[in-house]
Amino acid sequence: MGVFRMPSLGADMEAGTLVEWLKKPGDAVKSGDIIAVVETQKGAIEIEAFETGTLESHLLPEGSTVPVGTALAMIQTAGAAIDREVPTAPPPAEPAPAPQLAPAAVPPAPAPAISPGKKVSPAARHFAAEHGIDLSSVVGTGPDGAIVYVDVENAWLHREPRAETPKPASQPKGAVEPTAMRAAIAAAMTRSKREIPHYYLGHAVDVTGAIAWMSARNEARPPEERLLFSALLLKSLALALTKFPEFNGQFRDGRFEPAGQVHAGMAIALRGGGLVAPAIHNTASLTLDQVMAALRDLTTRVRAGRFRGSELADPTITLTSLGERGVDWVQPIIYPPQVAIIGAGAPVLRPWMVDGQVTPRQICQFTLAADHRVSDGHRGALLLREIEARLQSPEAL
Amino acid sequence: MTPDDVKTILFEEIGNIAPEADLSALRPEADLREELDIDSIGFLNLIIALGQRLGINVPEKDYSRLGTVNSAVAYLTKSISLAGR
Repeated sequence: MGVFRMPSLGADMEAGTLVEWLKKPGDAVKSGDIIAVVETQKGAIEIEAFETGTLESHLLPEGSTVPVGTALAMIQTAGAAIDREVPTAPPPAEPAPAPQLAPAAVPPAPAPAISPGKKVSPAARHFAAEHGIDLSSVVGTGPDGAIVYVDVENAWLHREPRAETPKPASQPKGAVEPTAMRAAIAAAMTRSKREIPHYYLGHAVDVTGAIAWMSARNEARPPEERLLFSALLLKSLALALTKFPEFNGQFRDGRFEPAGQVHAGMAIALRGGGLVAPAIHNTASLTLDQVMAALRDLTTRVRAGRFRGSELADPTITLTSLGERGVDWVQPIIYPPQVAIIGAGAPVLRPWMVDGQVTPRQICQFTLAADHRVSDGHRGALLLREIEARLQSPEAL
Repeated sequence: MTPDDVKTILFEEIGNIAPEADLSALRPEADLREELDIDSIGFLNLIIALGQRLGINVPEKDYSRLGTVNSAVAYLTKSISLAGR
């Protein structure tokens, strides 16, 4: 028996709302099938099953808001010998987000009655104060029984029979409050700047050849089959990373786990503000045309507010490309738990020295922000050089 | 197809790319992409959609001719008539 849980779709996610069941009890499910839609601060996310079998029962109705890790459904797996117990509490899979989002200027909590000496994390105290939770009634699960964020959140979620606040009818399913999106970005970036010792590198790359090659290729093709420069960047990056595993993976529980594949996250700006950076899975093994198709598909779905949980949780590195109308360069911020992010400015025609002559060339400013816990600037520089080298032979991408 | 018909289709397709935009306030000589913040992918999707709706193939080198509403309508109308539609 497998348990289907509320997944963690990023370092900043603590709870989600089950919007819709797409599989009902008795339905066959296989690994990778989308079985539910969950609303998070990033929008409506399609959640895939990780097991193959039969969906036995839903444990929660649509509309439930529950913390990450909560069991949502039971899946009867073929040939399962051992029944796993139905957990009611979230497993400690994710590190306890105790010091998450400790705001700098929290007014002193109105100090509800609490036994002296009982430890409460600042985030938990803030949440309790905001939601009127009596801390003395909360059982702590942190170190030495300290009350951490999840504890007060659980207390809040399991307070009196929960009155579901109906969504305004005008709001389409999956629409995200801009403030929720902003809060999600703020939480992730605050954590990044607090925890990750960034270092930064920049490199001006002559992309004249790559763009000329792409334009010539696009000339003979209908619009549906045309490439964009971002596709060349994604593929160059993915190929370059095969030699630089220390930039490709996720940092969890105090150590770096290199990824076997490159799932390049692409920073996509949403119309009306905000951004997400979901993964293009197995970027290195896709052809350039497949990368382009994936990029178009992903952008369209992201902007329609519909993408998959694995796309949010899986990126092993991120690319932020400013596009042809952007500015010269970006100093990007790593998206935890990743350890590196590559920026590409707008390619601009500039006077450039080639063989002793000043020549107009299209120059693109590459930047890298990487995690000093895992790599050093020397290797980072070699990675940027390797991406540059790959771009000089676009036909080999 | 008259320029007005073309403009109607152009606005419909722009609306799909930039659903929140108020197209009635769009100045006909303003830079379309600048004004509506349409990025490379959004613009490519617009070209694809217009190609399918109007039965024409807009080559990449002509993208700049779709810079404003007026120039886009003129260019598309001409392309349609050249294509014999």
